[in-house]
Amino acid sequence: MSAPELPAKIPSAATSLLEVSDLTKHFPVRRGLLGWSAGLVRAVDGVSFRIDAGTTLGLVGESGCGKTTTSKLILALAPPTSGSIRFQGEDVLALGRPGLRRYRRAVQAVFQDPYASLDPRMRIGAIIAEPLVINEPLDAAARRRRVLELLDVVGLPERSVGLFPHEFSGGQRQRIAIARALALSPKMIVLDEPVSALDVSIRAQILNLLRDLQRRLGVSYLFIAHDLAAVAHMSHQIAVMYLGKIVEWGEAEAVALAPKHPYTKALFSAALPLFPEVRDEEIVLSGEVPSPLDPPGGCRFHPRCPFVMPHCATEEPVLRQEGGRLVACHLYAGAPAATG
Amino acid sequence: MTSQTLARPPVIDVRDLRTHLVTRWGTVKAVDGVSFAVREGETLGLVGESGSGKSMTCLSIVRLTPRSVSGVLEGTVLLDGDDLLTKSEKEMQRIRGRKVAMILQDPMSSLNPVFSIGMQMREPVAAYHGLRGAALWRRAAELLASVRIPSPEARLRAFPHQLSGGMRQRVVGAMAIAAPPRLLIADEPTTSLDLTIQAQYLGLLKELQARHHFAMIFVTHNLGIVAKMCERVAVMYAGRIVEMGAVREIFVSPRHPYTQALLESVPRLGAKLDRLTTVEGQPPDLARLPAGCAFAARCPKVMDRCAEAPPELAVAPGHSSRCWLQAPA
Amino acid sequence: MRVDPLLGATVLPEAEPRAWARLYDRGLPVIPLGIIGVFVLMAILAPLISPADPEEQSLRSRFRPPVWDGRGSWRHPLGTDRLGRDMLSRIFYGSRVSLAAGVITVLLASAVGAAVGLVAGYYGGRVDAVLMRLTDATMSFPVILLALILAVTVGPSFTNVVVAIAVILWARYARVIRGQVLTLMELDFIAQARIAGAGAWRVISRHLVPNTLNTLVVLVTLQIGYVIIVEASLSFLGAGIPPPTPAWGSMIAEGREFVTSAWWVSLFPGLAILLVVLAFNLLGDWLRDTLDPKLRQL
Repeated sequence: MSAPELPAKIPSAATSLLEVSDLTKHFPVRRGLLGWSAGLVRAVDGVSFRIDAGTTLGLVGESGCGKTTTSKLILALAPPTSGSIRFQGEDVLALGRPGLRRYRRAVQAVFQDPYASLDPRMRIGAIIAEPLVINEPLDAAARRRRVLELLDVVGLPERSVGLFPHEFSGGQRQRIAIARALALSPKMIVLDEPVSALDVSIRAQILNLLRDLQRRLGVSYLFIAHDLAAVAHMSHQIAVMYLGKIVEWGEAEAVALAPKHPYTKALFSAALPLFPEVRDEEIVLSGEVPSPLDPPGGCRFHPRCPFVMPHCATEEPVLRQEGGRLVACHLYAGAPAATG
Repeated sequence: MTSQTLARPPVIDVRDLRTHLVTRWGTVKAVDGVSFAVREGETLGLVGESGSGKSMTCLSIVRLTPRSVSGVLEGTVLLDGDDLLTKSEKEMQRIRGRKVAMILQDPMSSLNPVFSIGMQMREPVAAYHGLRGAALWRRAAELLASVRIPSPEARLRAFPHQLSGGMRQRVVGAMAIAAPPRLLIADEPTTSLDLTIQAQYLGLLKELQARHHFAMIFVTHNLGIVAKMCERVAVMYAGRIVEMGAVREIFVSPRHPYTQALLESVPRLGAKLDRLTTVEGQPPDLARLPAGCAFAARCPKVMDRCAEAPPELAVAPGHSSRCWLQAPA
Repeated sequence: MRVDPLLGATVLPEAEPRAWARLYDRGLPVIPLGIIGVFVLMAILAPLISPADPEEQSLRSRFRPPVWDGRGSWRHPLGTDRLGRDMLSRIFYGSRVSLAAGVITVLLASAVGAAVGLVAGYYGGRVDAVLMRLTDATMSFPVILLALILAVTVGPSFTNVVVAIAVILWARYARVIRGQVLTLMELDFIAQARIAGAGAWRVISRHLVPNTLNTLVVLVTLQIGYVIIVEASLSFLGAGIPPPTPAWGSMIAEGREFVTSAWWVSLFPGLAILLVVLAFNLLGDWLRDTLDPKLRQL
């Protein structure tokens, strides 16, 4: 990949753009007329990671793993139960209104559904200009210039400005969403399944566009997708989540081709390759994806793990360094625990 | 496959299937001259993007095309030698669910949310086996067990919303094989499932096919699934099959520019790519198809000759491509 | 087709007609619009087209039948009532009351109800819970009873009718709009507005209101008919517009005892109500089918 060389261990705080530390989000479940608390959904349970400037962190996992909740927390759409989010050294959770404004300018998002992410009653010009209208004191002419500039960057013709979302295809709508996300020149964009709803041949166009923008503008991405090959293609680092926790984290190519955690192995094994002969082992997990309402004790993955050992049911593993990677698995016990 | 099965006629033989729908935007040629055959125990992958006609082809085979629009449904669809397009609606109702079963993408729309699983399984089970009462219940539980649903008796009393997505697809699968079909049409059955559940489900389908020897048409846009599940694959574009052949051959040496572009545009684990090859432009408007090759407008290898619609030309035995590049010079 | 080797060619498809364009596409509903148009003109031009003063009594001309009956005359085409007042004129003037009551009440109720629905749907949580309890309580209170109470305590009047109905009617709007807002809030473009830094006011006014307008228009149209009937009922019971102002409901009440002999006194105002309400309902149905088929359950 043409990604710049990254050090094998965790990047130091000096270069990181976003630092998430022990992030937790629990949702109380209420039953009955008076709303008795009937339990907690531990959607995100002590998650820590870093994203460097100009790089992409791929976040993978299946339903209930907490990746969508994590993205909502980072976008400040919901407050965490505990933990911290630091952006360029500043504590995001302690920001007042002006601080939050600044944060919103720097962190934008593109979501999965191209048919729900654009207001059907607004013209494209107004949609892309909205972040500018809210945040920047530009006059109408300057705004229009910027909108046309953004349309050009994402490869849409000028006359799009006066049209409505329903006049565009899915791929074109995602381009509009990307143009809107770029309006305030953000430092980071959260991409939540940006190409999943698009046709296969259109995906390549959008992925290429995103990579080119990263190269040109130095913007970081938090790339969430269930298409593992796309994630591996786009990311510098990959973090694998299971039931609210990160179970493995490391350099993208390494994690994808030589996964260490049994869940990661099963996950990437399920991402079927075009040429199956190249692959060594196929791991098919038994059982269902469990619900975060009642996670198993000990290692959360142990009921489905093909390599389960007796103490996996009682002791929860922590993320440890293992050959340039962080893995939370007793198979790799004996390695030093990760710092920070 | 044994030489015996090779000698028998294919389970499903589609010849020149055309489905044209008359809408207020014009005549949409959703399926425009599609021909293929699938044998017992064989799986044909039907690959294409939205608007390619892959789903409409399946609906046309079972005559479930949209009724609100008038149009044309022509050609020949032979199921064990019997032309389905000449059958009456009553006869088709007996065939659907029995000789031809379908598994669709969204299990919630295949299952009625207000009836328990057991109640919904009665219909296919009773219809085929003629069972009643306790025997019916037992058979239904057996079917659920055969699709690896744990505690099947308890599940019979459950409702669809109480089951996970993967389980629901298994129930749909169980209903599909209640009367072991001759042909199973699976239209993107795993698209809404988690990856690890998808792996389980695909394994299950393969197992069921090995046991019951039905022919399977597997519609998907995921080429990895095609590699795992199918022996042969047909690539569709704008209502026509543009390339068809053995999966191995198509993936190693694709001949049609669309197939080539498709294979090159998919990110691959382990392939060090800087850019993905893109297919430029958008899929065509099916109501306004050009006279010549439908892919010409986006084809990197377009020639003058492409103004005339190419027929399916042979590349090798069992491998055909609808492209003038294949024609002898 | 513009081909950009970096980003791939981009072609914009043909524009699809928008909802309002669809209106002309489907063909306007001529009959309902025609009927409403006639009654609106009737209301506006009443002083000019009425053959007589609607309140002028003439005991000599009591109970004159309509013109096509043997004893009728063109001076009173639809006959006269028990006080000799011209029926046709009273129908004309009555349309003013009915239409005014219908439109004003509905506009008032919809403005308040929509506002409540928008706020409840947007904020959710406790705000939503409190507002919805209030809405539920309001909806369960009978309109007629409230109007009667007002009539008895404060005295019957046009204002009282409007207030009595609006004070209960807004709840219906609140419920429906809140439902729509809840659906809209799930859509990504709302989250995107917040990510861009939009506050509550901007999200509500710029995003929620335009997307609920269709629903509101349909509901308003359908409700006008309902309000006209309620007003007529109130007038019939004597709790509505007080005499001598002609109101269709009270006109029906006045003819109640003479239904077999002087049938025209109750029939014509009844017919007028029927036509107007039917027209509004048909118009509302057509608008709903055209603008937002998902509202079929309304």
